[in-house]
Amino acid sequence: MTCATQPAFPATETMFSRILTSALFAGAAAGLIAALLQLAFVQPVLLHAELYESGELVHFGAEAVSAHPELPGMFSELTRDALSVIFTMLTYTGYALMLIALMSVAEGQGHKIDGRTGVLWGLAGFIAFHLAPGFTLAPEVPGVAAADVYARQVWWFATVAAAVVALWLIAFGSSIVSYVVAALLLLAPHVIGAPEPDVFTGPVPTEIGALFAARAFGIGLVAWVLVGSFAGYFWQKEAKHIAATA
Amino acid sequence: MTTQVQTASASRAGILSALFAIALGLGIITLTGHVQAAALHDAAHDVRHATGFPCH
Repeated sequence: MTCATQPAFPATETMFSRILTSALFAGAAAGLIAALLQLAFVQPVLLHAELYESGELVHFGAEAVSAHPELPGMFSELTRDALSVIFTMLTYTGYALMLIALMSVAEGQGHKIDGRTGVLWGLAGFIAFHLAPGFTLAPEVPGVAAADVYARQVWWFATVAAAVVALWLIAFGSSIVSYVVAALLLLAPHVIGAPEPDVFTGPVPTEIGALFAARAFGIGLVAWVLVGSFAGYFWQKEAKHIAATA
Repeated sequence: MTTQVQTASASRAGILSALFAIALGLGIITLTGHVQAAALHDAAHDVRHATGFPCH
């Protein structure tokens, strides 16, 4: 068989290695930054909450409790923090793989993918994977009462899947029907409701719980915008690399 | 005709790669964020809380 022109990315393995390579770079870089931000801004709140979870501090006890107890300093538990860094980098690599896979499909349909448009992709990822499930299953500070973890995970995956489809319809749909379906998909999980605990048993002050949720969302937004932008950037860089070595 | 066949096979390769990457990514976040095995849960505990996964 003779080929008149070489197709840009003929083989599945070339395409897949381009997705894999750019996802590894984007996920590792964004995950590392996310992990450091979480250690600086989320971990102290988590450690503070754990003092209440373990009963070391008691909310509404006989005496008022200081809002500024001695907390273990940053990097005081090296193994624990190192594991957090590794798992955050892995998690964002997983996000990057899914994000870049969808980017490649969109590019195949003629949409521009680069570091700049990647910011929008990152925002969409944050909405789908963090904000949409967190809107009803708020980021949990240690010690909160919650329903059965398996039921919550099923609800979490269903909500994320619905949000991904909805955002794709909003971004690339062209008829009013797609926007209506998208709105229904975004609303449905919250109208149906997430699994809730039967009773409240959380020993952690609301001040700490609220700060934890706000910080978790804030760092999530930053990390997702970074992973989206990095994903678009490395996706194009890999294309140039493949073209140069072909 | 040849171009059409090539475009079709290129786009099929693209869809296959994308599906496989999505499966891999989903597998990774299931491991880091959702599997309840004790060792994984303890190692990923802080990340699961900070990333908004249902933890325990």
